[in-house]
Amino acid sequence: MKPAPFNLLRPRSVDEALALLQAHGDDAKVLAGGQSLVPLMNFRLAQPGNLIDLNGVRGLDQIQFNDHALSLGAMVRQRDVERSPAIAERLPILREAIEQIAHPAIRNRGTVGGSLVHADPSAELPLLAIALDATFHLRSARASRSVAARDFYQGYLITDIAADELLVEIDFNLPPANSGWCCAEIARRQGDFAIVAVAVLLDRASDRSVSFARVALGGVGPAPLRVAAAEEVLLGQRPGSELFRRAGDAAEQAVEPPADIHASSAYRRHLTAVLVRRALATAEGRIQGQA
Amino acid sequence: MVERISITLKVNGFEETAAVEARRSLVDFLRHDLGLVGTHVGCEHGVCGACTVMLNGRTVRSCLLFAAQADGAEILTVEGLTKGEDLHPLQQAFQRHHALQCGFCTPGMILAALELLRDNPDPTDKEVRVGLSGNLCMCTGYVNIVRAVRAAAAEGQVR
Repeated sequence: MKPAPFNLLRPRSVDEALALLQAHGDDAKVLAGGQSLVPLMNFRLAQPGNLIDLNGVRGLDQIQFNDHALSLGAMVRQRDVERSPAIAERLPILREAIEQIAHPAIRNRGTVGGSLVHADPSAELPLLAIALDATFHLRSARASRSVAARDFYQGYLITDIAADELLVEIDFNLPPANSGWCCAEIARRQGDFAIVAVAVLLDRASDRSVSFARVALGGVGPAPLRVAAAEEVLLGQRPGSELFRRAGDAAEQAVEPPADIHASSAYRRHLTAVLVRRALATAEGRIQGQA
Repeated sequence: MVERISITLKVNGFEETAAVEARRSLVDFLRHDLGLVGTHVGCEHGVCGACTVMLNGRTVRSCLLFAAQADGAEILTVEGLTKGEDLHPLQQAFQRHHALQCGFCTPGMILAALELLRDNPDPTDKEVRVGLSGNLCMCTGYVNIVRAVRAAAAEGQVR
């Protein structure tokens, strides 16, 4: 189908975009890569009167590391993350996650910020934001503020962002330098939305016990979440298949996934246990410099 | 009176100027305003890949891009691949390996394959399948498409 008529507004700077958002508020949508919004408009599920196109805005496409975080501008294309040698070296889990987003032509256009704010509960980037304890930097014509990922995601496609606010930058906190990692998902076909997705990070102390553990899940609730119960099973223990099985079981116990056309709740819980177990085993094998 | 936006862009090397409605998709602009009907419209929500074209050297879904957003850009469609009567090496490989039946997906497949081979001149079967995973074909079962892309890669003529 064709979208309903709208005004296309083309700001050249963040300040211009913020002024337009303040002026049009509820009757405006921000257009980033358009890979989620435009399908919704083509189906007429979204009919914004005004579309604020960020593609001509300068200064939202930086990829920068500092000692403790990777900072990405909201308009960084997913494909540019996938192709960044620095990200492949210093935050490889982000690359592994992005390679599972849809297909090359979608990632060429799709942006980091667009996916994060669209907030699909099965999407990879919100999952990574939760797993890496990311910080969202929001701006409006009124003020600037920063929000932790766990507070940003509030429900199904619902975030903490106000109608006049714009996500300008996100900081992904870096895990310990040598930690192992894995982002894995089960989908019906390559590139489809995940039925269940998992992101795990794992590191060991010199006595080989688990010193750092992150277990995050997507597709099992209205928003991605960290599973403290699974992390507690892991911390301080010697890694191994039995421990990973117990962590997977703890994750399965901790979630109450929805049933929908793609999968039953019981199947999603089953996948949760299996994926967490497998991802932890993969992550353990990727810990650097182990004895 | 619907407001129109003036755009100037290059399509297959030719400069085009037009006034388009904001909601005009790039694929409708190519087909209806420029008469370039080689690019096909399938699902209109980014799933099937039939409308794949290149924007500034990268594949995009032209059903998910508004024509106004292509202002100043360079677009390549399947029509831009042929030199006179000579088919592009990928097109020749598709023909030789029976990589199409109805042909609806073929223009998108060719553009996606072109990007794949520019990034990775000698892909494995799996890499071809992943590279073309965003393009659906209802006829061939994909086997001959993968064969054609690998044959084109082996000949080394794809630029």
